Amino acid sequence: MSFPKPQATLRSATGIPTGRLAVWWLIASEVVIFGGLLGSYLMHRLGHPEWADAAAHTNTWIGAFNTFVLLTSSFTAVLAHKAAEAGDGKKAAKLLVLTMGGAVTFVLVKSAEWAYEISHGYTITANNFWSFYYTAAGLHALHVIAGAIIMGIIAADAYRGRELQRVELIGIYWHFVDVVWIFLFPLLYIAK
Amino acid sequence: MDRFLIQASTYAADIDGLILLVGVLVGFWFVACEGIFFWLIWKFRARPGVKSEYLTGSEKKIRRWISIPHLLVLVCDVFIVIGSIQVWYKVKQQLPEADSTIRVTGQQWAWTFQHPGPDNELDTADDIVTIGELYVEVEKTYHFQLQAVDVLHSFSVPVFRLKQDAVPGRSITGWFQPTVTGEFDIQCAEICGIGHGMMAARIFIQDANQHAAWVAGIPSTTP
Amino acid sequence: MAETAVAVQSDEHHAHEDHHGPRGWLKYIWSTDHKMIGMQYMFTGMFMALIGGFMAYVFRMQLAFPGISVPLYGQVSPGEYNALITNHGTIMIFWVAMPVLIAAFGNYLIPLMIGADDMVFPRINRLSYQIFFLSAVVLLASLFVEGGGFGGAWTAYPPLSAVAEYNQTDLGSSLWLIAVALEFVAFLLGGINFITTLMNSRAPGMKAYDIPLVCWMIVIASILFMLSVGPLLAGAVMLLFDQTIGTGFYDPARGGDPILWQHLFWFFGHPEVYVVLLPALGVTIEIIATFSRKKVFGYKLMLYTVVATGVLSFFVWAHHQFIAGIDPRMANVFTVTTLLISVPIAELCFVIIATLYGGSITLTTPMLWALAFVAEFLIGGVTGIFLGASGADIYFHDTYFVLAHFHYTFFPIAIIGTFAAFTYWFPKMFGKMMNETLGKIHFWGTIISFNVIFIPLFVLGMGGQHRRIYNYQHFPDLAGPEMYQLREIATVALLVMLAFQLVFFYNCIRSWMSGEKAGKNPWKSNTLEWTTESPPGHGNWPADQMPNVYRGPYEYSHPDREEDYWPQNEPT
Repeated sequence: MSFPKPQATLRSATGIPTGRLAVWWLIASEVVIFGGLLGSYLMHRLGHPEWADAAAHTNTWIGAFNTFVLLTSSFTAVLAHKAAEAGDGKKAAKLLVLTMGGAVTFVLVKSAEWAYEISHGYTITANNFWSFYYTAAGLHALHVIAGAIIMGIIAADAYRGRELQRVELIGIYWHFVDVVWIFLFPLLYIAK
Repeated sequence: MDRFLIQASTYAADIDGLILLVGVLVGFWFVACEGIFFWLIWKFRARPGVKSEYLTGSEKKIRRWISIPHLLVLVCDVFIVIGSIQVWYKVKQQLPEADSTIRVTGQQWAWTFQHPGPDNELDTADDIVTIGELYVEVEKTYHFQLQAVDVLHSFSVPVFRLKQDAVPGRSITGWFQPTVTGEFDIQCAEICGIGHGMMAARIFIQDANQHAAWVAGIPSTTP
Repeated sequence: MAETAVAVQSDEHHAHEDHHGPRGWLKYIWSTDHKMIGMQYMFTGMFMALIGGFMAYVFRMQLAFPGISVPLYGQVSPGEYNALITNHGTIMIFWVAMPVLIAAFGNYLIPLMIGADDMVFPRINRLSYQIFFLSAVVLLASLFVEGGGFGGAWTAYPPLSAVAEYNQTDLGSSLWLIAVALEFVAFLLGGINFITTLMNSRAPGMKAYDIPLVCWMIVIASILFMLSVGPLLAGAVMLLFDQTIGTGFYDPARGGDPILWQHLFWFFGHPEVYVVLLPALGVTIEIIATFSRKKVFGYKLMLYTVVATGVLSFFVWAHHQFIAGIDPRMANVFTVTTLLISVPIAELCFVIIATLYGGSITLTTPMLWALAFVAEFLIGGVTGIFLGASGADIYFHDTYFVLAHFHYTFFPIAIIGTFAAFTYWFPKMFGKMMNETLGKIHFWGTIISFNVIFIPLFVLGMGGQHRRIYNYQHFPDLAGPEMYQLREIATVALLVMLAFQLVFFYNCIRSWMSGEKAGKNPWKSNTLEWTTESPPGHGNWPADQMPNVYRGPYEYSHPDREEDYWPQNEPT
């Protein structure tokens, strides 16, 4: 990266690394977005008990498997952070690639899941439960994909020993993506 | 307020009274603030050789000029809140017993009114359905059932000071009691598409005889 | 911890003198310099203001002279009228007020006022402008597609906005929505820079309470925006799906709820008005302090009051929905919270007035604008009380009373606030002084005509005139000659106001080309932006001469000093 950083980027009047502040801001804004979406879903769900019929058709086992995949990938992200803190860029990069593997697995499983559901008539316009289901899970999946791509770029840099502080930052983002799923899973899969 | 538009319902005077209360309280603060503001600009205009005072904001004498008005604003707010809750309760939360019930339906782009007819019951064979014209009798209490067919509309009768949004999928109940006879505007007060500006209707507030004649179907030359 | 971390990786450090960024005309597209990005936002915002203003001209001509063929436009059809008022509001809030007050002045001023050489993330900054620019293009495109521009009001309530058969602007509605969503994303990105730069990139010695209030205001506004826009962004995705793929999020026939959109919209919409108010307030405070040669009366008081207002602003939203079909009992709750918020705002007004006390006031053009902001915004503020009282709002909702109220708040914010900031920082941005006489002519012409436009509209509202109607001839109670006279007065005043803006443009161009050279600190102000060249060079100060700070920003007329100002960077 040959972009020369201004002095502004390197200062820290609060003592908190600036990158971390930025990621927290990003996460806060995402929390409000997902919060609004899930809050709307919850209000609708409480007002429409008949949605339980539609919800019965989500596959709790697949949901649980994907939860396990994401939690594991969060764990490898933590290990990557530890490696980066110790200065081992190569190890951090490899652990980040493992995390990306979790993301890919998640997306592949979800694609198969959706393909099955759509072929059985549970489309996004089938009824409002399914509309929320695909919108919420879809928005989440987009964040998984975007996060994985950025993780790849950070892993490439880390492998070459550069910008190791960013390993922690993408890890924080990844935990957020995980937490959103931890809310989605019971709301979409368990509440039947 | 009645200098701007006549009051034609039993609660119009209440709403206008609240508006007046707010007007008086708010008017006082407005005049006081603007007055002091302009006076200070004039009094402390730059003059050669005169330096500004150095005030840190902790000077008690001046702080009092902020904290006391602060409290007074709060007191005024309490009066306004009480007044508002009273008016709101009367118009929107309570439902006095009805002499008659009508159904008001908004759609793109006209109002349909279903009057209960001679048997004074809605949804019977003798109901009178009109488009764009609502006929009511003065000094009778009406319930209205407000519905919308397609998008949001809003049933607004300025001389009553009444307004209520019509939401598709719901039937919203409200009430009014007219106090003067005459012919007045009904508006749609929620943008509903290209024809929103043409969604005018009229309310005909009739005395007992006129209204009885209208219900009976006797055509009359005066509304 | 006030020490700066200056550990720099050697392969990344270039002296400011070596790195000039893109050259030639490319710098207008690729620059990451916060000043250039600020200018980009400024000029885009001002361009969009011309378009929004033109729309106001067209629909006001139609209102005063129904059926007329409006010069430079033609006849206005009912559908076109709705598109004009919809996009006028949308443009003025999202593509004028926000970009000019927050993004333009925030980007330009924050690094300068805290003694930094740029924002923390210059490339994210550039990306935020590029997304913003794209959003403006999409919005303008929406006006010219088949079916015309979206005409469901800036509030876009479904089902009207969700179903093409109802709104008859299939493509326009979706493009409008996408444009607004893109604008939201641009500002979320921009906010990253404002908050991190303010928190971390301050000059050594600048403690939290040494930060100029305008910087605080812009950052607090960004925070309010970020915390409130999320649910609406989610709601906008749902609306877009309803529009394009046929979901039924807002369709009652399928178990959806149109009122859900209203809640999501206004949960954002109300904090949004404080998002735009705060920067204008900040600008006003800076100018009043400078031109009364006085410390702000109650820096901390003002800061805490603003934060309190911001927090409270999340609890008042349903005062926009009193008669929308919400549970009537909720209305009482929202009346209480709405009236409560008048208390901190009154406090802000009192603190500003107290700052004038004991001052030495010079009425330069920026000062006139700043003082006018206070006087006019007060009208907007007090007329809001009528609307916050639910009982009165039954009558006033959707009338021109509401419209006049929010123009008495928005116009001071977006227009008066902008002119105040622009005339104050013009010398810094362009290195030349603006002509005072022309500035004062522009000021009086604009302010007087502004009041002549909107006072008649209050009167029309009290008489029952409702909003978003292209032709009042269909309403006998609103079609009388007195009412038409009021409409004509308002329209003629608008024409006069638009004409006076030519004075402003002339002043800008003439001053930029041949105005008196400004020097570093023509206003003898204390804040850091006035310690560097006008205009500042790349990096704002030479890399080895970045400022240190020794005191607060408003040490005017200190009794121990001969001079009546004391710059923040002067050692004690």
